[in-house]
Amino acid sequence: MDNTINRRDFIKATTATTAGVATLGAGITLTTYVNANENPVTNEKRWGMLVDTNQLTESDIDGMVSACQKEHGWGDEIHSTGDQKAGWIKKVKVKDTATQRISNLALMCQHCDEPPCVDVCPTNASMKREDGIVLVDKHLCIGCRYCMMACPYDARSFVHEDLTDQKEHMPRGKGTVESCTMCVHKVDKGEQPACVSSVKSDAVIFGDLYDATSKINQTLKKVQSTQIRADLNLNTGVRYSGI
Amino acid sequence: MSIIRYEQTQGKSLGFYALIAGLGAFILAALGSVYFMEHSGHHVTGMSNRIVWGLPHVFALFLIVAASGALNIASIASVFNKKIYKPLSRLSGLVALALLAGGLMVLVLDLGRPDRLIIAMTEYNFESIFAWNIILYNGFFLIVGVYLWMMFERRMNKYSRKVGIAAFTWRLILTTGTGSIFGFLVARQAYDAVIMAPMFVVMSFAFGLAFFVLVLMASYKWTERPLGDAIVNRLSNLLGVFVAAVMYFVAVYHLGNLYLAENSAVENFILVDGGIYTQLFWYVQIILGGLVPLALLYSPMTKGNRSMLGLASVLVIIGGLAQLYVIIIGGQAYPLELFPGKEILAGYGGIASYVPTVPELMLGLGGMAVALIAIAYLVKFLPFLPESLADDVANPHHKG
Repeated sequence: MDNTINRRDFIKATTATTAGVATLGAGITLTTYVNANENPVTNEKRWGMLVDTNQLTESDIDGMVSACQKEHGWGDEIHSTGDQKAGWIKKVKVKDTATQRISNLALMCQHCDEPPCVDVCPTNASMKREDGIVLVDKHLCIGCRYCMMACPYDARSFVHEDLTDQKEHMPRGKGTVESCTMCVHKVDKGEQPACVSSVKSDAVIFGDLYDATSKINQTLKKVQSTQIRADLNLNTGVRYSGI
Repeated sequence: MSIIRYEQTQGKSLGFYALIAGLGAFILAALGSVYFMEHSGHHVTGMSNRIVWGLPHVFALFLIVAASGALNIASIASVFNKKIYKPLSRLSGLVALALLAGGLMVLVLDLGRPDRLIIAMTEYNFESIFAWNIILYNGFFLIVGVYLWMMFERRMNKYSRKVGIAAFTWRLILTTGTGSIFGFLVARQAYDAVIMAPMFVVMSFAFGLAFFVLVLMASYKWTERPLGDAIVNRLSNLLGVFVAAVMYFVAVYHLGNLYLAENSAVENFILVDGGIYTQLFWYVQIILGGLVPLALLYSPMTKGNRSMLGLASVLVIIGGLAQLYVIIIGGQAYPLELFPGKEILAGYGGIASYVPTVPELMLGLGGMAVALIAIAYLVKFLPFLPESLADDVANPHHKG
């Protein structure tokens, strides 16, 4: 009988240790950019963005793109050509086929609640933080590019060449996939994403979608907004009004 | 039934060494290409952020799909108890493993970070069909390895049927998984179809058998062993059935897509005005890889002619590569439908361009060479091939 008890104890101990390690492991991944003591990442928040295409001018969008490039250091790849160049955020001009109305908008990772990139990633490199920000763990990415196949928004880029002079907060690596991080390094310090700060008007609002006192929450309650490819039911964190 | 005697090939002739040297040259070229692509980064390839999977994936998926199909011959013998195929079972298992090894080599060496393969083996996201495929591929190696052991080891022969059934089930799941890599991509107009999975299964039957027929005929011819018409003609008929089945699935897939208004534009692209993709679809996949082989296999003038069977098999392989090119690259070239009901004037859209480069081609061909060299070497060291497949040995009831 001793045997049984021993085995049971052993299983108990192993399970507890495994669970402990797993919890700790998950914690480390999820809080990659955060000082966990001061500012834990929880699902009580959902970071989001509202882009008002009625207010947003073409030069605003150009400003957003260059702010993102400056913040993260992409866009000056030397060897990559055409579609090989990184494009974390881009200016898209659309025309309604019925009304001929033209809108301009900034298109980047939509930070889906149900991100297809996270579903398909074989190694868990594509991940969603508890607060809704979708990221790529550059250490786990094997460069299979399945996430790029799965993304409905063409939001991801593959690094096609060696890079130098990278930003300290944004290591980029040849052979891995990258995309908009919603400036998680700034958000975790209580700041706004670089593209949002670059727009002087209220055309782009950033904030906690769940917080009833936040500007984004209150605006979304008032105005008609939409999600790109809402039909896919991905519940995006980036919303648009005016299209 | 007479006893089948298996024997290693001699592998000492000039021809053998010439074959090994030729295949070796292809493998070296592939490794050189990989070094070049990985060292420089993928900017030296034709791939981009729009065409993320290029020619290497065409070859890799072709080989992986063909691998599971090549196992069919063994399955027909053990699962469906057709005795005439039994002498071919060992070779069938070998060709399956060799093709899978070649395909996986290409797939892995085209990763952005092939050095991180260990991560793919240790970090699993069980929601990812890709992660499941990694398990399915590794499992295939294991299960077919055990299957071969059951066939080789006389004491274990009695288990070979059970393991054969397991291997057959596994390979069906594996190809379903491979097809589902595409079938689950909801945002891509060309892929989001459940029929992708069974279509890949049927494609595997045809591609794997075509490869198997070529390996069988070449190895018997080059080793001067007798190979009777009883077996060859059966394989020929089987190939015809599989090729026709693939064409049926292709027709259903496109007709089904045409019925949905949201997919009519992408169908129009592939079938009518897609340039290279339309040409590959009609001229290479349908005519050269489908109708011509069917004519060669069934027309009274060419039926039973081994050169024509060989030609038909080569055409099925070329047609299969074209089919995967159209699916994989054509499907990506067509833009995502970002704004239904709106026209994108600037910033995204249009047909993405892709021009494959020589290193990509060499990597793909290298995968095929790895499969062939593995087969050539292993039949030399282990008794995979019956010393005779003459009609009276293979099928004693055969009446000339």
